[in-house]
Amino acid sequence: MSTALAHALNAGLRDAMKADDKVVLIGQDIGQLGGVFRVTDGLRKEFGEDRVITSPLGEAGIVGSAIGLAMAGYRPVCEIQFDGFVFPAMNQIVTQLAKYRHRSEGAVSLPVVVRIPVGGGIGAIEHHSESPEAYFAHTPGLRVLCPSDSQDAYDLLRQAVRCDDPVIFLEPKRSYWAKGGVDRSGGAADIESARIVRPGGDLTLVTYGALVPVAMKAAGILAEEGRSVEVIDLRSLSPIDDATVVASVRRTGRLVIAHEAARTGGIAGELTARVQTQAFYELEAPVLRVTGYDTPYPPSRLEEDWLPNVDRVLDACDLSLTH
Amino acid sequence: MDVVEPIPASGPPHTQRSTMTSASSMTEPWSVLDPAGGLRQDSRVPTGAEALDLGAAYRAMVLARRVDTEAIALQRQGELGLWPSMLGQEGAQVGAGFALRKRDVVFPTYREHAVAWCLGVDPVHLLGLFRGTTLGGWDPRERNFNLYTLVIGAQTLHAVGYAMGIVRDGDVGTGDPGRDRAVLVFLGDGALSEGETNEAFVWAAAQNLPVVFFCQNNQWAISAPFSVQSRVPAADRASGFGFPGVRVDGNDVVACHAATHEALAHARAGGGPTFIEAVTYRRNPHTTSDDDLRYRSDSENDDWASRDPLDRLRAHLTGAGSSTETDDAFLTELEQEEQRLAERLRSGCRTLPVPTPATPFLHTLATMPAGLERQMTEHLAFVAAGEGEHR
Repeated sequence: MSTALAHALNAGLRDAMKADDKVVLIGQDIGQLGGVFRVTDGLRKEFGEDRVITSPLGEAGIVGSAIGLAMAGYRPVCEIQFDGFVFPAMNQIVTQLAKYRHRSEGAVSLPVVVRIPVGGGIGAIEHHSESPEAYFAHTPGLRVLCPSDSQDAYDLLRQAVRCDDPVIFLEPKRSYWAKGGVDRSGGAADIESARIVRPGGDLTLVTYGALVPVAMKAAGILAEEGRSVEVIDLRSLSPIDDATVVASVRRTGRLVIAHEAARTGGIAGELTARVQTQAFYELEAPVLRVTGYDTPYPPSRLEEDWLPNVDRVLDACDLSLTH
Repeated sequence: MDVVEPIPASGPPHTQRSTMTSASSMTEPWSVLDPAGGLRQDSRVPTGAEALDLGAAYRAMVLARRVDTEAIALQRQGELGLWPSMLGQEGAQVGAGFALRKRDVVFPTYREHAVAWCLGVDPVHLLGLFRGTTLGGWDPRERNFNLYTLVIGAQTLHAVGYAMGIVRDGDVGTGDPGRDRAVLVFLGDGALSEGETNEAFVWAAAQNLPVVFFCQNNQWAISAPFSVQSRVPAADRASGFGFPGVRVDGNDVVACHAATHEALAHARAGGGPTFIEAVTYRRNPHTTSDDDLRYRSDSENDDWASRDPLDRLRAHLTGAGSSTETDDAFLTELEQEEQRLAERLRSGCRTLPVPTPATPFLHTLATMPAGLERQMTEHLAFVAAGEGEHR
């Protein structure tokens, strides 16, 4: 049976709440409305308003109160309505949530999940298409996850809720309605490991979230041209599973990394540094990045060409392969 | 255009009616113990088993002040990097601290040394954060006293969340004193301007949470007087959010205890939040790094010194009208206890364990990722190789 990514998340939340009555959801419009993307659809009815909490408008309040709930023994899952609206909560995330385990020398865990729909490509107005992952990946004490398909959405969300660390859970909103199989028996998806989505030997193409299908399409086109591309979905952006990427690059000698977020200070730069440190002599070509540009996210009429798309990924792969 | 004069940073209290509930900006803080030690009868002061033990409160104030004094001395000697003194705020903190029950939970700022004392937190453990041996210093769960919060106002939301947990646990309004609990969160006058504090007020009110906001209005947020934060007394803000605000004399330990006792009882019973403004004064600079003479006068400080919370309670205890036994033996014993405490702080401070270089890596996440483990190994090798040797 094929399930939309948003429905897989809904199932993940439902199963997590069934498995542990300390799991509570908190966010704007997540109750009767089911959230603006309907990810929490039906959960208020099933679990009641004490466990599916429609919050006042206030992102700091959502994360700050989730911290207090976690201190009181709960496992809150926050919903931030859109990527561009997480910033009022940044103080709570960076100065409080990420640090408390460290400050208490391991005595107090804060098992808080902060779900955030991220990324562009949906024709949205400003603040609704952003990719803030680097801010979180740069903050020690947080885990940052980003699933790309329904199965990982379910598995990673279940693991995020079970995890004793704070988890920033980035949901590629462009992929919410993409369908895929979901096995709800659990198991799969290690919370820290990247996944080889398509094996190949000529070039390693690394990405995550909504760009995984884009990378797969590019790999398919290159296959028709006789080029074998290995596509890796990072899944975890902090910590980054560089071992999987380095092992792949040692075989292929070529690396292209794609993400929607702006280039400077991004995940791709970090991964590039790690790969050149660990696989310097195996590299046959410079590592190339296909990313959003160092501009504010553009008006939606421009986003198609601004975002890394199949053509831009293919251009980078061609450049690498002909180096 | 109308020009509204900002209200003055509360200096000497205005002389109007005395009531625990603030009705207007000119309301005098509610007080029962006057600076000369006279204790006024008031029906709102708890009696019997619920009454404040004045001798114990005095003892706590004296010893907590000694912790503060010793910590300042330790900073001057280079043993601490910094110390935020609470001199002058002992009445507010001990009054509030003595109103707590065992199951209540406290969220402090970074200046609640006397509250920590009341809850039995080892004062030596308060020093670690300021000595640079830890970022915390105690297990928050042992005494229900959370870690100091340096980011102004951030803890108000944690208090709200904890109170949401209490509600979901069903530990409010049961009438069982062994079960009902509340949260007491401390904040200062500067925190009133933080967005997070105001969000906390909204959440607490909308969900009728068992939380008491205890604001020590010590008149100064570093160099900013209260008039920079507000044109109305802090307590008046509460009504706009939808819960009671009370304004008490923060240098009157009996009044602070009574107001907090009432507010916590109200919260535990399911009555919702209360905001308490304890009008007091930070007699020392913001921290040992601050120079308060750049922004305020000695005469203002002297004026507040004349209303010192310890002097006032001692005057009462040693006066003719005192019902508490406070003889010379009590005071002599207290002095000896102070000396012992001071010595313990001095030696305890110097022997606080310095963490190993591995410590920052160990508690960043519940399980250490491979990449972080590599960084730790690299760092430990560097430290080991460089011991006693620098280029």
